[in-house]
Amino acid sequence: MQFGIFSVGDVTADPTTGRTPTERERIKAMVAIALKAEEVGLDVFATGEHHNPPFVPSSPTTMLGYIAARTERLVLSTSTTLITTNDPVKIAEDFAMLQHLADGRMDLMMGRGNTGPVYPWFGQDIRQGINLAIENYALLRRLWREDVVDWEGKFRTPLQGFTSTPRPLDGVPPFVWHGSIRSPEIAEQAAYYGDGFFHNNIFWPADHTKRMVELYRARYAHYGHGTPEQAIVGLGGQVFMRRNSQDAVREFRPYFDNAPVYGHGPSLEDFTDQTPLTVGSPQQVIEKTLSFREYAGDYQRQLFLMDHAGLPLKTVLEQIDMLGEEVVPVLRKEFAVGRPANVPDAPTHQSLLAAAAQGVSVE
Amino acid sequence: MKLVVVSAGLSVPSSTRLLGDRLAKATAGRVAADVEVVELRELAVEIAHNFTNGFPGRKLSAAIDAVTGADGLIVVTPVFSASYSGLFKSFFDVIDPEALVGKPVLIAATGGSARHSLVLEHALRPLFAYLRAVVVPTAVYAASEDWGAEGLDGRIERAAGELAGLMAGLSGAKPAVEEDLHVVPFEEQLAALRSAG
Repeated sequence: MQFGIFSVGDVTADPTTGRTPTERERIKAMVAIALKAEEVGLDVFATGEHHNPPFVPSSPTTMLGYIAARTERLVLSTSTTLITTNDPVKIAEDFAMLQHLADGRMDLMMGRGNTGPVYPWFGQDIRQGINLAIENYALLRRLWREDVVDWEGKFRTPLQGFTSTPRPLDGVPPFVWHGSIRSPEIAEQAAYYGDGFFHNNIFWPADHTKRMVELYRARYAHYGHGTPEQAIVGLGGQVFMRRNSQDAVREFRPYFDNAPVYGHGPSLEDFTDQTPLTVGSPQQVIEKTLSFREYAGDYQRQLFLMDHAGLPLKTVLEQIDMLGEEVVPVLRKEFAVGRPANVPDAPTHQSLLAAAAQGVSVE
Repeated sequence: MKLVVVSAGLSVPSSTRLLGDRLAKATAGRVAADVEVVELRELAVEIAHNFTNGFPGRKLSAAIDAVTGADGLIVVTPVFSASYSGLFKSFFDVIDPEALVGKPVLIAATGGSARHSLVLEHALRPLFAYLRAVVVPTAVYAASEDWGAEGLDGRIERAAGELAGLMAGLSGAKPAVEEDLHVVPFEEQLAALRSAG
């Protein structure tokens, strides 16, 4: 099972000091967080993609390519790549380039984006969000799998005799996850292709996550990729830890109360009760994270949101130290207990290459 | 069958709740129905949090399930500033706009004087028309003075009769409540795009 960090990349004032980091500081902080993730033995770093303030990561492959050069093991990913408003041709090129530079240590997660104006800014219509995700991704797959593509669709200018370069590393396209919180169409899309499905459950009650994951698993089996238990599932998580749980609550409360998204809304106590957010001791984080399996089944990837709401870099790095040293080793051990042998790990470049060499379909 | 009253009254006791209870009793006297009352006052904080969180808390979630699963609805609001109360509107804002399609609804309101009685026609009826609910023709308005005058009983009985008739008549045609997420098979989605292209 893979564990990692995903970052939204928000530039938010620290509510305890009133200080807002510069964009440069925030970008460098994201890199430092990724390097720390590798240092403490985590498996994945994923960055969001945004095209409006107060967010910095508009150019994910630039950042991930830089991180790739400074890491050895870490898998670089996205959370998410906007399949609706990016040109699928550019996604094919950018991520194939990253795949070569990172020696295959990468994958990516498709998402539709949740910022309405991004659609018109990039010349698209938000009412076509699902259809854009479907058509653009169908093209992206062909660009990675066929050397010469003739293509015509509804949303993009036609292609005649187009070859996307560089070709995927070793002829193996990057593994793709599809992230969606509430669209069954996207769970269906992921299932159809046998791709991964990531439910970013951090703001949602467990019963909703359960329904979406169950739908994906059932449809994955329907399309003949394996049993429902073998579908490739990822989940989000959000934690703040101190040795003593009261200290964690006291220190995190001002960040929670002023956070973008849920700030000035529910109480910290209500929110931790109903969503995956855990504010407490490492043991509490372990217990809560292990409970995800009860409603999502045995899954492949667990990403934690650690660096939002204005938390200073120093604090975030301390959090990742605790995550890597005290939490994830226990989670690895406990998640392995009772995990059926036929539940696969998340695909990597190496595993996809091996499968391709054996002639096993990875579609 | 299940009859649910949504009351947006704020005081305890509340004349809005009283009107809702009278309407429910009159309706349940005509059609066999269990009555459940949703008091929005008790859900006010969870409704506000639904706006900031994006999902309902436990009590609100149960109330939404009751309303969307009902065979008939009686909705009662006090008149605030020439319309339904903000709390009343907010409750229906956090419900899926498709969830009340085809549902029999009786609309009612209370106010300090009869001068606002057309609120039912210019505010509540369009709201439920937008939600594609089936609103009974008689809407019931109770001003303070109506509680001591003749006429309110008759309007309650007429409206209740209309609601009971709709509930009985529509119960056979009521679509099953969807427990599972619905998917369109992916080939169909792809094919729809190809034919449009």
